[in-house]
Amino acid sequence: MSDKFTVSISPHIHKGDSVSKIMWAVSLSLLPAGLAGVFIFGQAALKTIALSIASALLAEWIIQLSTARKVTLLDGSAFLTGLLLSYNLPAGVPFWLPIAGSFFAIAVGKQVFGGLGQNIFNPALVGRVFLMASWPKYMTVFSRPFSYDAVTCATPLALLKEGKSLDIASAASYMDLLFGKRGGCIGEVCIIALLLGAAFLLWKGYISWHIPFSYIATVGLFTYILGPQGLFRGDGIFHILSGGLVLGAFFMATDYVTSPLTRKGQVIFGIGCGLLTAVIRLWGGYPEGVSYAILMMNAAVPLIDRYTKSRIYGTR
Amino acid sequence: MNLGYFLTIFISSVFIYNVILSRFLGLCSFVAISKETRPAMAMSLAVIFVITMSSIITWFIYRLLLVPFGLTYLRTISFILVIATFVQFVEMAIRKISPALYRFFGIYLPLITVNCAVLGVAVLNSDMFFVNGKASPGSFYYSVFQGLCVGLGYALAMLLMSGIRERLEFCNIPKALKDFPLSFIIASVMSLAFMGFNGFKF
Amino acid sequence: MKRALQELSRGIIKENPTFVLVLGLCPTLAVSVSLINGLGMGMAATFVLVGSNIIISLIRNYIPARIRIPCYIVVIATFVTITELLMKAYSPALNRALGIYVPLIVVNCIVLGRAEAYASKETAFNSFLDGIGMGAGFTLALLLISGIRELLGAGRLFGYSLVKGFDPVLVLSMPPGALLVIGLLLGFFNLLKDRRTEK
Repeated sequence: MSDKFTVSISPHIHKGDSVSKIMWAVSLSLLPAGLAGVFIFGQAALKTIALSIASALLAEWIIQLSTARKVTLLDGSAFLTGLLLSYNLPAGVPFWLPIAGSFFAIAVGKQVFGGLGQNIFNPALVGRVFLMASWPKYMTVFSRPFSYDAVTCATPLALLKEGKSLDIASAASYMDLLFGKRGGCIGEVCIIALLLGAAFLLWKGYISWHIPFSYIATVGLFTYILGPQGLFRGDGIFHILSGGLVLGAFFMATDYVTSPLTRKGQVIFGIGCGLLTAVIRLWGGYPEGVSYAILMMNAAVPLIDRYTKSRIYGTR
Repeated sequence: MNLGYFLTIFISSVFIYNVILSRFLGLCSFVAISKETRPAMAMSLAVIFVITMSSIITWFIYRLLLVPFGLTYLRTISFILVIATFVQFVEMAIRKISPALYRFFGIYLPLITVNCAVLGVAVLNSDMFFVNGKASPGSFYYSVFQGLCVGLGYALAMLLMSGIRERLEFCNIPKALKDFPLSFIIASVMSLAFMGFNGFKF
Repeated sequence: MKRALQELSRGIIKENPTFVLVLGLCPTLAVSVSLINGLGMGMAATFVLVGSNIIISLIRNYIPARIRIPCYIVVIATFVTITELLMKAYSPALNRALGIYVPLIVVNCIVLGRAEAYASKETAFNSFLDGIGMGAGFTLALLLISGIRELLGAGRLFGYSLVKGFDPVLVLSMPPGALLVIGLLLGFFNLLKDRRTEK
């Protein structure tokens, strides 16, 4: 069954790692961020994460049973989709929201393409944009960190978008952003925890630095050069540390199935994601553009692969 | 005439109100021809050319003929006749100039006549850039530019879709979803993704 | 009589223009946001379809083959213009709601397709029946899609709010939702067709 994945997942098969092992490793690497999220936002976060994972597993099970395909719950991919989707949600969403999102993510984001390895779009992000478009009022209400009750607050990016905080320092200090003392989605706020997990994946060789680096660098540079405060006076660091950029760059843009095969393609992919994210953040209507940017670039991946395939030496 | 407005037209025609993914014009050709990249590119180029030229011609017809003589109710008939005639001319010209190119386009060229996008943009231009029967300032440039951008948006959607569908040839898609159903589902995800540009303000 | 009924029902099920022939999708997806709009478009398109089918069938022996498409277009465009003017006069709200998709009936693949494939070859009476059948099939398809989108996407039916306290799936009222609904419906009908041929 793993041979089917050699189309999309090149060198790692030769290393002897199975796809399933990688999936579970990624989930493991996301654990610190999840723990941080629960610590910062309380029980509601835990409930959302659990519901999301459970529904993803249930959705995959139901679909695979009813289409007479092999049930592959143990390969860790549905688990990972549920986990990643929950990290992209505010902690206090109503219980049915992650359920609907997970079902949509698994059904439309993955199974309609024929299952693992064949989807074009990142399933967790498909679920998130579906939820964002369908129930925006629930998706844009964030709880205040460490309040553990229904006190809400706006995310730093949202404040910036509303123009309420032209002086970025008052939105959130870099320390706040690094450690997660800000409003936001469960898994995106604690940068330190995310970087911990990312370091693990990089060390193990499960992801390479090309996509995250080109993605994050592009966002930082672009917002620095063309930020609202004037040419070359933008706060690139703020943009790198806020929103879902770190989560997206390390854990979602790097998904094997939906990103390019070659190193050159990956850099192009990262730059494209960065440009789109920065443009949406600076001039679009939404405060955050990571999910949309990655999905748009996912659509372009087949074309990127086509035009960056090296001819004689195979993929590097 | 406002430069920022041109940028707005570009972003909205190509991304936010993408002619295929949001306005649903040109869907028939979209699902039929987006299976492979080469025909998709050919169709897109032809469409860009026809839409831009027809934007120009229909603007003149509307401005110089229909509006002054109070014949705006003849808009639909005159526009579609103009488009059909123009496409016929283009076909004949290509056949004469480059028979190879003519064979390359094949049946796609006459199909452009009934491509909702062409007539749709012409009608859209006359709705958007004429107020109370009078041309708003810069309406000619906006109309032509909008036509061009709509064509570019069409090309973008076609190219992305053809890349995706070529890739999906290697996958075992559930039988009931093969071809049309899956193409629409993919288009819906692309449409969702493009919504990221909503509210764009430069 | 039986033949006539067969002609009629063909357009509704076996050769449904939307779900089987996959034609005329542009307006289908755009106007199916609410049942009223879907019904309005369906009726307008049926009127154009029936009218143009009859006329084209009547003059089919006098049209030179080389310029037949432009001739069809002129006939169809005439009926569309009549429809436009009638709508502007008697139901301006519907006209505004349907927007540019009313004039676009001219290039609706269904209308031109039936003219080319049927009306140009058959008698006026048969063309009339075909027009009614295809128009009915189109309208029913529109009602099905609009019904789903309005019910789940806005919590209403024909403009009347239904269940309170139900958060509608807003995406269904938007373009991505339309594409999703038609994709899933097409898949569903394909599934039914496969099941039936298997038996």
